[in-house]
Amino acid sequence: MKTLSHLDQLEAEAIYIIREVAAECEKPVMLYSIGKDSSVMLHLALKAFYPEKPPFPLLHIDTTWKFKEMIRFRDRKAVELGIELLVHTNQEGVQKGINPFDHGSAYTDIMKTEALKAGLQHHGFTAAFGGGRRDEEKSRAKERIFSFRNSAHAWDPRNQRPELWQLFNTRLNKGESLRVFPLSNWTEKDIWQYIQREKIEIVPLYFAKERPVVIREGNLIMVDDHRFKLRPGEEIQMKKVRFRTLGCYPLTGGLESNADTLQAIIDETLATLTSERTSRVIDRESAASMERRKREGYF
Amino acid sequence: MKPAKPMEKMTHPTRSLLKFITCGSVDDGKSTLIGHMLYDAKLIYADQEQTLLLDSRLGSREGRMDYSLLLDGLTAEREQGITIDVAYRYFTTQERSFIVADTPGHEQYTRNMAVGASFADLAVILVDVTQGILTQTKRHLRISALMGIRHFVVAVNKMDLIAYDHHRFEAIKNDFLSLASAYEVKTLQIIPVSATEGDNVTTRSLNTGWYQGLPLLPYLEQVEVTREALDAGFILPVQRVSRPNHAFRGFQGQIASGRVSVGDTLISLPGRESARVKSLLVTDRTVELATTGQPVTVQLDRDVDISRGCLLVQNPDLNVADLFTATLLWMDDTELIPGRSYLLKLGTRVLPATVMTIKHQIDMTSGRQIPAGKLFKNEMALCDISLSENMVFDEFKHNRTLGSFILMDRLTNMTSACGTIDHPLRRSTNVIWQKTDVTREVRAAQKNQKPLTLWFTGLSGSGKSTLANEVEKRLLAMGRHTMLLDGDNVRHGLNKNLGFTEVDRVENIRRIAEVARLMNDAGLIAITSFISPYERDRGNAREIIGDSYMEIHVSTPLEECEKRDVKGLYQKARNGQIPNFTGISSPYEEPLSPDISIDTTHISIEEATDLLMQQISRYLSPL
Repeated sequence: MKTLSHLDQLEAEAIYIIREVAAECEKPVMLYSIGKDSSVMLHLALKAFYPEKPPFPLLHIDTTWKFKEMIRFRDRKAVELGIELLVHTNQEGVQKGINPFDHGSAYTDIMKTEALKAGLQHHGFTAAFGGGRRDEEKSRAKERIFSFRNSAHAWDPRNQRPELWQLFNTRLNKGESLRVFPLSNWTEKDIWQYIQREKIEIVPLYFAKERPVVIREGNLIMVDDHRFKLRPGEEIQMKKVRFRTLGCYPLTGGLESNADTLQAIIDETLATLTSERTSRVIDRESAASMERRKREGYF
Repeated sequence: MKPAKPMEKMTHPTRSLLKFITCGSVDDGKSTLIGHMLYDAKLIYADQEQTLLLDSRLGSREGRMDYSLLLDGLTAEREQGITIDVAYRYFTTQERSFIVADTPGHEQYTRNMAVGASFADLAVILVDVTQGILTQTKRHLRISALMGIRHFVVAVNKMDLIAYDHHRFEAIKNDFLSLASAYEVKTLQIIPVSATEGDNVTTRSLNTGWYQGLPLLPYLEQVEVTREALDAGFILPVQRVSRPNHAFRGFQGQIASGRVSVGDTLISLPGRESARVKSLLVTDRTVELATTGQPVTVQLDRDVDISRGCLLVQNPDLNVADLFTATLLWMDDTELIPGRSYLLKLGTRVLPATVMTIKHQIDMTSGRQIPAGKLFKNEMALCDISLSENMVFDEFKHNRTLGSFILMDRLTNMTSACGTIDHPLRRSTNVIWQKTDVTREVRAAQKNQKPLTLWFTGLSGSGKSTLANEVEKRLLAMGRHTMLLDGDNVRHGLNKNLGFTEVDRVENIRRIAEVARLMNDAGLIAITSFISPYERDRGNAREIIGDSYMEIHVSTPLEECEKRDVKGLYQKARNGQIPNFTGISSPYEEPLSPDISIDTTHISIEEATDLLMQQISRYLSPL
């Protein structure tokens, strides 16, 4: 019996999970963040149901502060693939002018966490796929693949249902919903190798290019539009940068790089001994911050 | 910190994957061992190292590097200094990719250890050399074996504390070998290590010159854990049927064993229809051949009745039965009581199942058989399990996919237990009932419902008989098992000798309540339709019937009933032709707290039935 390669095993596992959700869950949705993990997850969904289209829509939580290139990529992809794309924004937050410059961690709570909860509630989704990986961060390392949220969308890490073999229990109690992480067992390296093997298109921001940036607290923050508020002493400089993760542009640190091809990114990624969440500003707060956020409903 | 050699890592994209768990007692140092392995092998990222140093300063070890902090992720765990849930870690060396599930050692988290073990091919069991083999060690070995692990490494830890004494190591080694002889073990390596000092973790220690084997990491890099080929042939549990259009009908799933080619003849189970493979997809690629573990979409050359939960196989000689003996590991806070009904998931099939008998509990440490009437969290037992329908399964030792299952609680939806099938049972040849235990629960479970008595009360002409009749029809259509008791079938037989005096009325209601209770004991939903005017009598019925009693007050007012007067009874009563007529010459005591109340004055029969069914549905167990 020939064993499957490492990537084939991960692919098979993810497809099995995605198909289980489609078969057992009442109203699933795939959260689509436009990043590389989402791109891989969407690609897996397309493969899982081929020649059928995935039997669920995509949902993007738009904070209105994403990179412009991400939004263009998102809208083009949805049309190309012929998949229903839902976009949800916390309009109340927009009206109140909640923004990442002035509101710090409250911004993430209001425009991401709250918006996500409201988006899921609004459409009545009972299960949501997320692209989270266990290698990203320590509290995520302990989360089940099928992870339950109570009616307040909160995670109870101390009381997770046991998950055995490939026998996933998808049964919900009243008010509960599911988060499902088909990429749980993938590492950042697996993601890049798979993108390369499958020739998956990703947002060009992942490739190094001359971009206008400001150096802020050691991070290279790209000035993506006129809303960027310069602090005294800051100046916009052109630097060749790329992004390891994509999110809201004021909260996403780029890194100086010449890697403008997939192979170059992979080589560089593996040579850099920093884990990718370093470039997400919120994680710096404290080691326990992610666990707290997840308990409160952050994806 | 020196960077690893990334370019070389990239050159093995087809490298194999080893999934393993680490287990041991609370203070054996599992997290420290894995943390140290990752650290030594330069497999942790620089910023994780910074966090580690930072956390160490804040942590319990007073500034010394605490490798376990790399793994213990949850805040609660760090505060308590123990591991409460499985933590997964990913690393790659030049030889192999690894996923390690670090599992909790503490007894109360046994079920979390089982979660880790079900995922792994190999177990690294830690033994503290100063403690020797503990009950936990024995427990972990048993759980690992139950969940299907056949490859073991024993890391005899804290060798530094006994000055690397060879004899004490040998003593523990012999203890373990005799312990392991009771299990099916394919490979076993026993290694002397020190997790804090790093002896034999990634490199051979100079302190243990007497140990000839490989250190831990090099051993894990080369150990072969491939499961041998199965003779069972091709098996595909169908996950879903894909029908994007009329021309295409594909059966999707992950191949559980064997291989399949275009042109092969396959048989569906349990339907036993055969067809040839017309086309084969592995994900979105058209292929001629697919093998174990691959996600496939199979198209057949003719229409076969197959849905999720069915199987496509080459060899149809699999067990198709509704009864088997299995080893259960109970994981729920609510204990197992034989006779209770659960939902069983095996492969892609979910069906109601009942644990009929606990044959005996298995002591986790000694393996001794203990008689038991119940099974509590983290206990293990051999049980007979009965299914509501025939299902395809296999013994776990032959086939992991068709031999393993979970039980889900039908009310809380909790994953209550996991189990592995030992052997099938034949109903006719097996006396399966424990003592006289064909209980009410068992009878109800067989009918897949919760027994209830729907006690309709109300004035003559209020509509109770009509509604009782309609409700029974609806329930029947839903696949429920019911029995309607009304004046027609009770007064003319069982209660033929009773008249309409108050004494007889009381006796009438008492008998009806007793019969309803017997029907509930038989697992049925009993529906009674009698005026039952006295609160005391209804209270008596409630007492006889117990928790299954549900009072439905058809509260249509007297004026309306009298206006309808379908049988002309009110007219006769008013004329004094009927003595003791409820509402006219005899009182009707309004129910004080009925479960459901319905007035039919202004609504149609259908609307009233809809309303009733909405309410009743809340009391029915889910199918």
